[in-house]
Amino acid sequence: MTRRTLLWCAAGMGLIAYPLLVNNFWLVQIGGRTLGFGTIALSLVFLVAYGGMLSLAQMTVAGVAGYAVAYFTAPVAGVGLLLPWPLALLIALALATLAGLLIGLLAVRTLGIYTLMITLAIAMAFYFLTLQNYAIFNGYTGFSNVQPPVVAGVDFSRALPFYYLSLAIAAACYGAVRHITRTPFGLALQGVRDNPRRLRSLGYDVARVRVVAFAIAGLLAGLGGILNLWLNGSISPASVGINPVIDVLMAAVLGGFLHPIGAYVGALVFTVVDNFAINFIARERFNTLIGLVFLAVVLFSPDGITGLLRRGRIWLEEKVARLNRRRGRNAGSSSPMQSRQET
Amino acid sequence: MKHRSIRQFTGVAVLASALMSSTALYAQDDVIHFGGLATLEGAFAEPGADGLRGMELAFEEFGWEIDGKEIEFTSASSDGTPDVALESARRLIEQDDVDILVGPLSGSEGIRLAQYAKEQTGTTFLNGGSAAVETTLVDPAENFYRFNTDGAQWTAPLGEYLVEERGWDNIVIVSEDYSFPYAQIFGFMATYCEAGGTVSDKFFVPVGNNDYSSVIAQLPQAGGDVDGMYVVLGGSDAVNFLTQYAQMGGDLPIVGGTNAVDQTVLAARGQARQLLPGVLASGPISDNDDSEAWTTFVEAYRDHFGEEGLPSPSVFAYNYYTSTKAALTALQKVGGDLSNDHADLREALDTLELESPTGTVTINENRQATAAIYINEIVEDEEGDLTTEPLMRVESVDQFLGLGEDAYMELGLPSRDNPSCPS
Repeated sequence: MTRRTLLWCAAGMGLIAYPLLVNNFWLVQIGGRTLGFGTIALSLVFLVAYGGMLSLAQMTVAGVAGYAVAYFTAPVAGVGLLLPWPLALLIALALATLAGLLIGLLAVRTLGIYTLMITLAIAMAFYFLTLQNYAIFNGYTGFSNVQPPVVAGVDFSRALPFYYLSLAIAAACYGAVRHITRTPFGLALQGVRDNPRRLRSLGYDVARVRVVAFAIAGLLAGLGGILNLWLNGSISPASVGINPVIDVLMAAVLGGFLHPIGAYVGALVFTVVDNFAINFIARERFNTLIGLVFLAVVLFSPDGITGLLRRGRIWLEEKVARLNRRRGRNAGSSSPMQSRQET
Repeated sequence: MKHRSIRQFTGVAVLASALMSSTALYAQDDVIHFGGLATLEGAFAEPGADGLRGMELAFEEFGWEIDGKEIEFTSASSDGTPDVALESARRLIEQDDVDILVGPLSGSEGIRLAQYAKEQTGTTFLNGGSAAVETTLVDPAENFYRFNTDGAQWTAPLGEYLVEERGWDNIVIVSEDYSFPYAQIFGFMATYCEAGGTVSDKFFVPVGNNDYSSVIAQLPQAGGDVDGMYVVLGGSDAVNFLTQYAQMGGDLPIVGGTNAVDQTVLAARGQARQLLPGVLASGPISDNDDSEAWTTFVEAYRDHFGEEGLPSPSVFAYNYYTSTKAALTALQKVGGDLSNDHADLREALDTLELESPTGTVTINENRQATAAIYINEIVEDEEGDLTTEPLMRVESVDQFLGLGEDAYMELGLPSRDNPSCPS
C-alpha cells in the first residue's frame, strides 16, 4: 500500500513539475489536450468499466457543453447571448448532465452492440443538427474565438495556467470516479454490470442506476468538452463529427478499460502518435502508421496499455519472487499469488 | 532488477527527449525553416498533396537556399477542420520552430489560423489555398499574408460578364452550405446584381450530399423565365449533382463556381461529363493560358513531378507556389535576415511586387492580394480531356472588387442570405 501511495505521489509531483521540463507545445497541445480529451475518454471508461455500457455519444455530450459555453460567452453574428462566465459554465454543465441523462434514458434498455448503435445514431443526429441549424449552432462555421475567462488576474488562455486548470479538473474527475465506484451507488452499478437480474431481485431499479451513470458520465464529458473548447478556441460541427466520436473510443480502447487511469494513458498515447506520426513516415502515409500502432496495441494487448503494464508488473513480481526463493530468502512473504491479489 | 529498471527508465527518457527535441537541432542561424500545412487526409487530400507540390517547386526554383542559408521544410496535415489545422500549426510553430508557415488549404481553417497568427508574432504566415473572405477582412493579423485572391475575387468578374456579354439577367443558384461557397456567391452577385441581374432562388445543400433529386425537382425548366443556373459545388458533390441532373433530363445552361471546374471534376467520367463542355466559370488560373509565365510554370511542374502529379497544376499547386515564392523572393531581398521578429522580411513583403505564373501580384494594407482573374470556358481538347480555355483576363481584381473599401464593407459579410437581389 505504501508503495502505491509513493507511486501516486511521484506521479502527482511529476505532473506538477512537468511545465518546468517542456516547451509550450508539449505543455498545451500534448499535456492540456491529453487531460481534456482524457477526461472525455474517462467518462466512457467509467460507463464501460463499471456499468458495462459502451456509448459512442460521449463526444456529443462534450460538444453540448462546448457549444453551450461558446453560445453564452462568445456570441457571433447575432447567434448567442452573452452571460457572465460562471453562469455560462453552470448552464453548460447542467445541459451536459441533462444530455447524458436523456441519452441514458434512450439507451438504457439496450445492451452491447445495440447501445453502441443507438448512441452512434444520436451522435450523428447531433452532428447534422449542428451543421444545419443556424439559429443556435451557427451552422458550418460554428463559434470561433472562444477565450477562457480571466479569473483574479490569471489568464487561462495562457499556456501555464491552462495546463494547471486542465490538471486540476482532470484530477478532480479522476478522483470523483474513484470515489463513486466505492459508494453504494458505485457498487450497485457494478452489480448491475455483473448480474442485472440478481440486482433487480434485490430490489434495485436497474434502469435508474444505469440512467444515473449516464448522467454522471455526461457531467464528466461536459467538463472535458469545455477544456477541449478552450484549447481549440473554437467549436464547429467538425468537433462533434464522426472522427472525434471514434477518437474517444480509440483512446479508451488504447488505454484499456481495466482502470480509470487508462483513459488518460490512452489519450496521451493517442495524442502523441497523432501528432508525431507524420515525422516518421512519408507525409501521404502517416495515417497508415497511426492505424498500425493502434492495431498493434489492440492485437498484442486486448486490454490496452494499462493491461500491458499490469501484466508486465505481475511478470516482474513473479520473477523477483522466484529469484528471492532461489536465493533462499524468505520466499513466503511475496508469493506470486499474493502480489496478484494486491493489484 | 534495479539495473533493468534503470535501463528501461533511461530508454524511455532518451526516447521522450528525442521526441521532444526532434527538430530543436534545426534552430540554427544558417537555416531558414519553412512549415507547410495542407489537408493530406479527408475529402481535400488530393488538393492538399498538390499544394505541397507547389511549395516544393518554389524551393526547387531557389535551389533550397537563400544567401547561403539552407532551407529546411517540414510539412503537416489537417483534415480541413479548424481544430486539426490549429493543432498542426501549433506543432509546426511551437515544437518544430518553423520561421515561416505556408498554409492552410481551406476556408474555415484560414479564418482560425489568422487569429492564431496574432498570438505568434515571431512567425510569418502566408496563406496556402484558403479563400474565405473573412481571413484578411475582419480584424486582419499583422503577420498573416495572402498572396492569393479570395473566393469572392475569383467570381466577381463573372457576374458582370454574364449580364453584359451573355445577356443573362435571371438565374438560380445551387450551392454547398458553408463559408467558401458563400464567398463565391458573394463575389459573383456583387457585380451581377450591380449590372442589373436578379437571382430568383438559392438552393443550399450540405457538403457530401448524395441525393440531389429534391433540389433538381424544384429547378425551373430551360426556356422558362430563368436564363440558367450557377452551380457552386466542388469535388464529388459537383460530379454527383451533374450526373443526377443529366439523368433527370435537366437542360438549363450552367455557369460554375471555381471548384466546379477543377481538374478533380473535369477528369470525372459518366454522364456529368456531357454537361460540362461550354460551361463558364472564373478563377485565378486557366489551364490553357498561353502566357510565357504560365507555360513555364506548367513545364516545370510536369518536369519535376511527371506521373506523380496531376496532368496540369491545380489551383492549389498554384496558390501554394505563389505564396512560397513570395516568401522566398522577400527573403532574398533582405539576405535571409529574420532578426527582430522578421521586421525586414515583413517590410519587404509589404511592398513586394511578385511575378507569379499569372502575372504581377501585389498586396494591399490588409495584406490581401490584388491579381488577375480569368473567365474560362470548359473545352474538350483533341485527346478528349476537358480543360479550361481563357475567354477573358481581368487585370488587378482587388479585395474590394473594385467597389472601394467603404462600399464593399457596406455589403456586410457573406452568408446564406447575403447578398440577395430578387427580381
